[in-house]
Amino acid sequence: MNLFTDAVGWLLDPEQWTGGYALPVLLGQHLLYTVVSVLIAAVIAVPAGWLIGHTGRGREIAVAVSGAARAIPSFGLLILLVLLFGVLQVPAAALATFVLLAIPPLLAGAYTGLEAIDRRVVDAATATGMTQWQVFWKVEFRLGLPLLIGGLRAATLQVIATVTIAAYVNLGGLGFPIIQGIPLRKFDQVLAGALLVALLALIVDLLFALAQRAAVPVGVRASRRTAPRSPTRGRALRTAAG
Amino acid sequence: MFTTRISRTVAVGAAAALALALGACSSGNPLDEPAAPAGGDTVVIGSQAYYSNEIIAEIYAQALEKDGMKVDRRFNIGQRDAYMPEVESGAIGLFPEYTGNLLEYLKGEAASTSPEDVYAELKEALPKNLVALDYAEAADQDTYTVTKATADKYGLVSIGDLSKLPGKVTVGAAPEFEKRPYGPAAAKKSYGVELAFSATGPTTLEALRAGTVQVADIYSADPAFEQGDLVALEDPENLILSSNVVPIASDKVADRIAETINAISAKLTTEELVKLNVESTADKRQPADIAEEWLKTSGLS
Repeated sequence: MNLFTDAVGWLLDPEQWTGGYALPVLLGQHLLYTVVSVLIAAVIAVPAGWLIGHTGRGREIAVAVSGAARAIPSFGLLILLVLLFGVLQVPAAALATFVLLAIPPLLAGAYTGLEAIDRRVVDAATATGMTQWQVFWKVEFRLGLPLLIGGLRAATLQVIATVTIAAYVNLGGLGFPIIQGIPLRKFDQVLAGALLVALLALIVDLLFALAQRAAVPVGVRASRRTAPRSPTRGRALRTAAG
Repeated sequence: MFTTRISRTVAVGAAAALALALGACSSGNPLDEPAAPAGGDTVVIGSQAYYSNEIIAEIYAQALEKDGMKVDRRFNIGQRDAYMPEVESGAIGLFPEYTGNLLEYLKGEAASTSPEDVYAELKEALPKNLVALDYAEAADQDTYTVTKATADKYGLVSIGDLSKLPGKVTVGAAPEFEKRPYGPAAAKKSYGVELAFSATGPTTLEALRAGTVQVADIYSADPAFEQGDLVALEDPENLILSSNVVPIASDKVADRIAETINAISAKLTTEELVKLNVESTADKRQPADIAEEWLKTSGLS
């Protein structure tokens, strides 16, 4: 418990709030790298995922890519890219690492969102004379949105956790107190850095959870509320019959 | 009844075989060997998982072998946290160390900085059963280093001269350098130079050569110094914690090896150490060959 109070004390020390590696600066860097890399990844992965989900073609490739890419060791990839790009391109190397990390969950979120829709709904939309574009925009996009936001949530959290290693290649972020503290054996500082990253991840996760709930269309929400009753009723009928 | 007896015999046999196998295993496990036979001639020499340290350990080993002693090499043990308990227990008889870094490990913070004061303080801080033999002039310690081009252009000799550089001057180093007692804040106190800090970490040398930082903390025995395009600035105020190569010996063996090892320390300079490191990193030679040649050219064998 003592280490915790030391960590909080470290956070409140005015020394941490000024200078080139002040906490607000580090938080800003952390958020900037997270937002930029998730946006770039979304631009690449979401349209690709929609196309796969809408056409049903290339699903195997999407599964393979999103599965295999999750196994990439991020720290190794970061160091490799820094070596390949050179010291003057370190931010680009780091961004590329984080983008590659964020792509699999986004791709999966986009195509499973469309795939999970009841085919009869899509068929009904086509039958009413909607164009492919209208089917996508008015039906598939809206019904698939909660799962897409789920993918966005997973991608963002993964990137927030991984940006911690950016400090190792001089890009700052909330990993800096951790990476600086370990060789100094200042474990209050290390714990403080870890707490900040965890807190940031929890806050962002909460925001996404709310967004995910808000993204469920009103009609679907209404039917969900009544849905849980039917299985019990079914079972009751069956027991009565048996 | 008959079947149970058979199965019991088999079980006993199997258990015996297993025990034998395990016994064979444990006697083959190097970690179980008694490390330092008390009163024996064998000296156990350890080294860090750092190529430069291993070369020094190999030099000690070959020199002692030439004296007719038996040597048990336990190299590449890892970092200080991993091997110091073994050194303190006497299981490892001799270990090449660095005065300042070891002092910081033992005391948390060093009160002195000059080579002789750090050595004296280290002797005080060492556990009773450990002996610090003579330290070498060779040091592997932090420096404030600039490129030779910068040094020539602005006439930089010592750290204080950094104030001659125009504009914002940034020092690149590992992240923890910012908080070290010889970091940028201390440089301002001792020399009055204003230095911004950049945590260049593993890319420090590249950042200095690329010009993204003007000053860099490069270890004084780094092979990069052999190329001649870098200048480590002098430190007349002894701002930087000295970290000279120092043999740490167990009191069980110290008397027998002192003469031989001290003769090595007397010859080992920082320039020599850099050369040894270059032979390892650039020429890809084995520590044993490097050590053998160095002992010959230094007239110690």
